[in-house]
Amino acid sequence: MKEKRRLNYWKNEYIGRILVTFCGLLIVITTLSIIAFICGKGIQSFTENGISLKEMLFSTEWKPSDSHPKYGAVIFIVGSMLVSIGAVLLSTPIAIALAIFMNFISPKFGSAVLKPVLELLVGIPSVVYGWLGVTLLIPLLREWFGGVGFSLLAGIIVLSIMILPTITSIASDALSGVPFSYLEASYGLGSTRWQAISRVIVPAARTGILTGIVLGLARAFGEALAVQMVIGNTVKLPSGLYSPTATLTGILTMDMSNTINGTAWNNALWTLAMILLFISFFFIVLIRMIGQRGER
Amino acid sequence: MTSRVVDKVWTSIFYVIAAFVISLLIFFFVTVLSKGWGFWQPDFLFGKPSNTQAGGGVGPQLINSLYMLVITLLISVPLGLGAGIYLAEYAKQGRMLNFIRLCIETMASLPSIVVGLFGLLAFVTLTGWGYTLIGGALAITILNLPGLTRICENAILDVPSSIKEGSLALGATRWQTLVKVILPSALPQIMTGVILAAGRIFGEAAALIYTAGLTTPLLNFAADLSSKAHPLNVFRPAETLTVHIWKLNSEGIVPDAKIIAAKSAAILVIMVLLFNITARFASAALQRYFTGNRRRTTKKKMSNVA
Repeated sequence: MKEKRRLNYWKNEYIGRILVTFCGLLIVITTLSIIAFICGKGIQSFTENGISLKEMLFSTEWKPSDSHPKYGAVIFIVGSMLVSIGAVLLSTPIAIALAIFMNFISPKFGSAVLKPVLELLVGIPSVVYGWLGVTLLIPLLREWFGGVGFSLLAGIIVLSIMILPTITSIASDALSGVPFSYLEASYGLGSTRWQAISRVIVPAARTGILTGIVLGLARAFGEALAVQMVIGNTVKLPSGLYSPTATLTGILTMDMSNTINGTAWNNALWTLAMILLFISFFFIVLIRMIGQRGER
Repeated sequence: MTSRVVDKVWTSIFYVIAAFVISLLIFFFVTVLSKGWGFWQPDFLFGKPSNTQAGGGVGPQLINSLYMLVITLLISVPLGLGAGIYLAEYAKQGRMLNFIRLCIETMASLPSIVVGLFGLLAFVTLTGWGYTLIGGALAITILNLPGLTRICENAILDVPSSIKEGSLALGATRWQTLVKVILPSALPQIMTGVILAAGRIFGEAAALIYTAGLTTPLLNFAADLSSKAHPLNVFRPAETLTVHIWKLNSEGIVPDAKIIAAKSAAILVIMVLLFNITARFASAALQRYFTGNRRRTTKKKMSNVA
């Protein structure tokens, strides 16, 4: 009898528990193996092809098909940085304004119209954004500024629309987390709505807003196809906003299949993937640090 | 300017920005649909693509996209649900849990191209499968698992603890409580999350270029299931609609590449719209179903009120 009860309990509790524990562990295993695989492959350009770390990180020359090949990743790192930072600079003010609108100006309209609009903006696939960039934005830029149109500026504009929902939703959460008493106290002191928002609410929510900005930056950094479609992909440092350049993700999408596995060129590309991975780690650390500072 | 005027000015600025973003979305939809007008024609939806002549369709790509979505959901929903249950119900506070959360965060912030390259190493080269649909599905599973886990965990945590305690007090084990009591009441929220995730799976492209490939073999339902020509064989290269748009843009040599890309974009946008609307209705309907307020009772209530 006791045996049977134990068996029943085992059946009713442990099988399920083991299964879900396995699912939890699977996440850990997958994450670790991604890191191991990418780093294992990315490090080969240093160990097997003798490319120096200094050249990779500080040289602006990327000439993998030359007779004296050069593998400097600076152009791609700088290109990725400029395009993401530009997108964040363009997107953040609009995102914060939207978050304020949804929480304080017109919450009803915000939740009935703006929220679904932002959800749809998130849902639009990145290739469609890229396609919109190529068919709408590029001709427009060409008309205004002349030239080819494919440029850093085009990348920034496309990306800023893509990361707008990310920043907005996190900033909105942060703003709605500010205690209502703050607003009341501010009104009680005779401030207008704008004064209360700009001097009390937004400063009180700045940690959350900052987290949103960093997440937006991380998303912009990792975005591949939409940027690759509009940025021009010329391997040189941009001379200005309206000049084409290349990004880490762009060069990876284009060149990985053109190179033969095991060659120095191919290994150098894997190193670029590893750099991309490390940069995304950096953003996680940054977000954690902001979160900890906010708790204090 | 008095502070009241400043307040008025800023309020109107907020209205202008909100209106701008809304009109931007409307503008996008109108542009995509007008440029891709005619995307519903059967010749295009189900036709074979042509590499050299105008007038080809996107039949195989559409099949691939939908099939990829189904396979990915079959893999990722159970895994995400399991991991969510583990985190919400079984994991003990401490170092291990912290580490798992760090892993989820890491996974969630991985650039999709990096996941695609991992897929190239793990599911294409290491397994020796080559570019396959299942490899693509596994890569998108990695991309979506953190999000799904979080959705499931939050849905389970949102179930009132009194319900759970009631079940435990009646002598049910934790697992029985979970399956028979907690999951049903968490289901509406989980469903909404899954449908929204489905939209994202449908739109993913970067992770698929190096896992599911840029080609599709000629599909033929009459072929053997193990042959690469059978549409349901998961071990075949499968270019999806999103990848197709990208490919047309970067290396398309078909004379009507632009129109095909526009029409494909229109299909994608319509699908996104459908997923969003379905998610809304599904969550409302399931909520009604599980809280016992089926239509008849609501009607009665309404008439009582009236």
